[in-house]
Amino acid sequence: MTVSTPSTGSGTDEGGVEKATDLVNVTIDGIQVAVPKDTLVIRAAEQVGVQIPRFCDHPLLAPVGACRQCLVDVPDAGNGRGFPKPQASCTLPVAEGMVVNTQVTSRVADKAQQGVMEFLLINHPLDCPVCDKGGECPLQNQAMSNGRGDSRFAGNVKRTFPKPINLSPIVLLDRERCIVCQRCTRFADEIAGDPFIALVERGAEQQIGIAEDAPFLSYFSGNVIQICPVGALTSETYRFRSRPFDLVSSPGVAEHDACGSAIRVDHRRGKVMRRLAADDPAVNEEWITDKDRFAFAYAQGDDRITYPRVRGDDGALRPASWPEAFAVAARGLTAAKTAGGVGVLTGGRLTAEDAYAYSKLARVGLGTNDIDFRARPLSAEEAAFLAANVAGTVIGTDSATTGRLAPVSYADLESATKVVLVGLEPEDEAGAIWLRLRKSVRAGGTEVIAVAPYTSRGLRKLDARLVPTVPGDEPAVLAGLAADLDGTTVVLAGERLATVPGALTAVADLAASSGARLAWVPRRAGDRGAVEAGCLPNLLPGGRPVADPGARVDVATAWGVDALPEAEGRDADAIVAALVAGELGGLLVGGVDPADTSDPAATRAAIEAAGFVVALDLRETEVTRAADVVLPVAPVTDKAGTFVNWEGRVRPFEAALSNPSSLPDLRILAGIAEEMGTPLGFRTVPEVRAEMAQLGPWDGAGPSEASRLVAGAPRTSTSDGSDGLVLATWKQSIDNGRMQDGDKYLRATARVPVALVTQDVYASCGPTVTITGDRGSVTLPAVVAGDLVAGVVWVPANSFGAGVLSDLASPGSRVRVEGGQA
Amino acid sequence: MTTQDSVLTPVLTDMWDVERSWTLPAYEAKGGYQALDKAFAMSQDEVINAVKDSGLRGRGGAGFPTGMKWSFIPQDNPKPKYLVVNADESEPGTCKDIPLMMANPHVLVEGVIISSYAIRANKAFIYIRGEVLHVIRRVQAAVAEAYAAGHLGKDIHGSGFDLDVVVHAGAGAYICGEETALLEGLEGRRGQPRLRPPFPAVAGLYASPTVINNVESIASVPSIVANGAKWFASMGTEKSKGYGIFSLSGHVQKPGQYEAPLGITLRELLDLAGGIREGHDLKFWTPGGSSTPLLTAEHLDVPLDFEAVGAAGSMLGTRALQIFDDTVCVVRAVLRWTEFYKHESCGKCTPCREGTWWLVQTLARLEKGHGSEADLDLLLDQCDNILGRSFCALGDGATSPISSSIKFFRDEYLAHLTQGGCPFDPARSTAWAGQEVPA
Repeated sequence: MTVSTPSTGSGTDEGGVEKATDLVNVTIDGIQVAVPKDTLVIRAAEQVGVQIPRFCDHPLLAPVGACRQCLVDVPDAGNGRGFPKPQASCTLPVAEGMVVNTQVTSRVADKAQQGVMEFLLINHPLDCPVCDKGGECPLQNQAMSNGRGDSRFAGNVKRTFPKPINLSPIVLLDRERCIVCQRCTRFADEIAGDPFIALVERGAEQQIGIAEDAPFLSYFSGNVIQICPVGALTSETYRFRSRPFDLVSSPGVAEHDACGSAIRVDHRRGKVMRRLAADDPAVNEEWITDKDRFAFAYAQGDDRITYPRVRGDDGALRPASWPEAFAVAARGLTAAKTAGGVGVLTGGRLTAEDAYAYSKLARVGLGTNDIDFRARPLSAEEAAFLAANVAGTVIGTDSATTGRLAPVSYADLESATKVVLVGLEPEDEAGAIWLRLRKSVRAGGTEVIAVAPYTSRGLRKLDARLVPTVPGDEPAVLAGLAADLDGTTVVLAGERLATVPGALTAVADLAASSGARLAWVPRRAGDRGAVEAGCLPNLLPGGRPVADPGARVDVATAWGVDALPEAEGRDADAIVAALVAGELGGLLVGGVDPADTSDPAATRAAIEAAGFVVALDLRETEVTRAADVVLPVAPVTDKAGTFVNWEGRVRPFEAALSNPSSLPDLRILAGIAEEMGTPLGFRTVPEVRAEMAQLGPWDGAGPSEASRLVAGAPRTSTSDGSDGLVLATWKQSIDNGRMQDGDKYLRATARVPVALVTQDVYASCGPTVTITGDRGSVTLPAVVAGDLVAGVVWVPANSFGAGVLSDLASPGSRVRVEGGQA
Repeated sequence: MTTQDSVLTPVLTDMWDVERSWTLPAYEAKGGYQALDKAFAMSQDEVINAVKDSGLRGRGGAGFPTGMKWSFIPQDNPKPKYLVVNADESEPGTCKDIPLMMANPHVLVEGVIISSYAIRANKAFIYIRGEVLHVIRRVQAAVAEAYAAGHLGKDIHGSGFDLDVVVHAGAGAYICGEETALLEGLEGRRGQPRLRPPFPAVAGLYASPTVINNVESIASVPSIVANGAKWFASMGTEKSKGYGIFSLSGHVQKPGQYEAPLGITLRELLDLAGGIREGHDLKFWTPGGSSTPLLTAEHLDVPLDFEAVGAAGSMLGTRALQIFDDTVCVVRAVLRWTEFYKHESCGKCTPCREGTWWLVQTLARLEKGHGSEADLDLLLDQCDNILGRSFCALGDGATSPISSSIKFFRDEYLAHLTQGGCPFDPARSTAWAGQEVPA
């Protein structure tokens, strides 16, 4: 059942205060109520505590009036005249003086609703006992509340269909159960823009269908399962797995991207059975991506590490007790600290609390600023950009007093006149942003401008204006956009811009010169929190610059230590280089996949070369296999934590499952620190939260303008005569990411990996191309992208082999494209 | 074909007996396309006022005043205006637009031009039921002839008015006679009715102001312009002005189209049609197709205009008079109609989609003599749950034959139950009754 609060329910911080002049007075079941103009009667009735039964109605979909379940009697439409027939309250806006009698007070309305309910049930199968929806079914519930107890249909023939058909690899349709309310088709059309499901046939044979050659492939397809008011739509992964009344539901925050989408985790006896979108009007509304919904099996696989391991004298990893593992890790790290120092790589998946623990351990225990969360291509320019423009812009903090930029929110995207996307493909990389942009574009409010190599499917659905850009040319292109932008516009800069020298500086300059608001959109859930926690070589927690003595004193005082390391540390690439060169003695690493890093081979070599490696991870990886101490950490279901999303919105969550042997990183790091003799002063999530709150954001000056270093001048031109095409790439929403392991149905919905080429390249190379870069070559089917900018080839970053970085080349570098097999 | 009897007022049907009446020369010989020049000499608003003053009401069944519909078009709307002619004639028993378009397509084309001129539309669509390919071809040919003769296209008759006409073939759905479903179909979408408001006059075809009129309404416009509103209003009754085509079918001696002033009675029409089939009496009839509640012999003298038929408990509808004599089982006839509605329900809303499915089964049982008297109350209750609860009028129409037949022929329903089956011999109601060859 979807019962909405009025449209202003998203909070006064965004909705604003309703003006009294916009209110309309209506009488519902004898109770007078004032509701905003244009409110539908069905929602006005909710204000007086009356729930009118409904199926097709959904507050986030356009009214359709198809199911007729919400009929009410309207004796006065506000003009003194009544409607002769019952009216569908889901399509009827209120009018001043309107009188509405619902099923509560009107016999006519009650009978009309009972009549419609009876019709709905005649062709509906009585398989509730085996139906996934049974127990949480709006049809079941409302048949009880607004239907008759017995059937008058006895002796007649029900319409039947063969049982479920696949709409896609992951969404199944049981046509017998369907009441053709059209919620799913309307969602696919209005919200996701993937209208691959539609009504076919007519009358009682009317059904949802797909074209033979076009399954319902959408990154958002799971939402139709959730909004289906009957059990007609089910998922391959959850179908027949559980009953709703056996499940325990815990609120959570999606860990697959930086959107901070609210989810509901449904679990039974310590195992997650399914995940649903939770209702958060300020963030993801009621929608999540299929990745957020279905990709959770990774934490329940056979390769989950369940006990600590240390490398024994024989050179093999052996099980160890927690105290032993702490002691061995502490001893090794202490030794490595003196043998050149320890680098800390934390990955982008940590909760803010865990990131804070790494940040503090690095400074207090290991005495270093050699810490970086960026397990991906990065630049020093980016670190400076993050320090100057991102750190400290947290929703809820007063930007006027902190001197930071005001954070950009989802609501700001909706009210912006223009949104510039650069280095960001939101449909793939930030689904909730994409949905919000599409909503705003469809409402006619926002124009999307994309600085990108071609108009992707996601951009096409946003009616985006493409500014065709060869990767590397972004700085020049951005400079040219200044005239288009003003204070009503927003620039969203993706993390991929780090690979383009000068691009992030150009973004900051563009925002400064045009007045446009700026937000940085990373890919991973923990990235933004790690910036706030100080998991960067140039930043301490709360956006405090390492280079600022006052900031260091601030943190040192709070932490009760004499001093903090003064020099800015090494970034991830430099840590890798230092390990390979033997300059660093050890490595503390958590949740880093070498294949994601800017130079996978170098990262692997660094782990190999490191004198001592402590790895914290959820599952066995090539890093844990090479580590000297392996410490299993809790997945997000097993611990409380906080993700800070791209907006800078703090998204705390509590543990869904109770698993005493599953420890959060911060508890493990605290144990190691205690063994090292430099205790962190906390052992639990609440203690970290209290300490972080106490420390608060930095209220001193940000990094000075002069300290903004630009690493390397922008490439002058990409058509510089050198051989080959420029490689454009990003990760698709569904790909070979390790957190999508364990759900073959989800993976089957991934887009087929292809190389996108221009017509000219296709003409000379044909339908299969072999692309060769400095790290290897790959053969893919070629597809012409109509407006792909000349001189560029696009491939998905992690949809084949070990990914582009391991198997092909760096993004933005030159590759050779040839026809046929290599 | 009409006769010269004084009761009749042949206007649209006047030239149906002319040799090759559907051709442009035949139409022009009868004064065709002269009303056009008269219209161009008037301002657009004068044309609208003439149609308003004539009292012409929509001939598609609902009887909405045509001139008023035209005046609803917001002329300050910058979007293009469209005229759409509803030629999706599908109502069981209704057979007026199809013969009109076959015999005299040019009067429709001329009406389209004048009407488009009045509402300032430069593009008009004629949406013809897809099953009647011969009609589509004939109208297409007429439109081509009109283009060639300069009646369509740029600067028509030197007036400066441009008009293009598209003849569109429907894809075979009764629901597309409903004007918003027709618009959906015309736009290339699934034919299902749209939510109103917005009404087509504000946001119709391609979300632009659109007038949708029945073939007969539009075809009546040239005569109103040519002869004046007063001439038109002199025919018919006080609130139902003018003439209309009455289609008589079923058990009458001379079935066909009879064009007469509104307000004529079935008794008069039957006289013209030579009466009921020899040796039989009138049992029941529909005044305006199967969606209008049926009437009986006691209603022979009801004036066939919007008001009087409404007062008699039915609707004038499309003046499709289906005549059934005493050999017909009313239960059987109603079952056939209900099967039609079940087949044609578009599926959008629950009452019509599920209700017609159930009604057919209940009726079929009754016809076989199964069930009980309580099933009649069940039927009426099902109808009550459909009528006024469905999304569009198709659902309402599906209940009309059932509730009206139970009202007038309850005993006949019960006779099926007491006799354990239908008391009628269906062969006796056929056209070949009495001529059967024994096996």
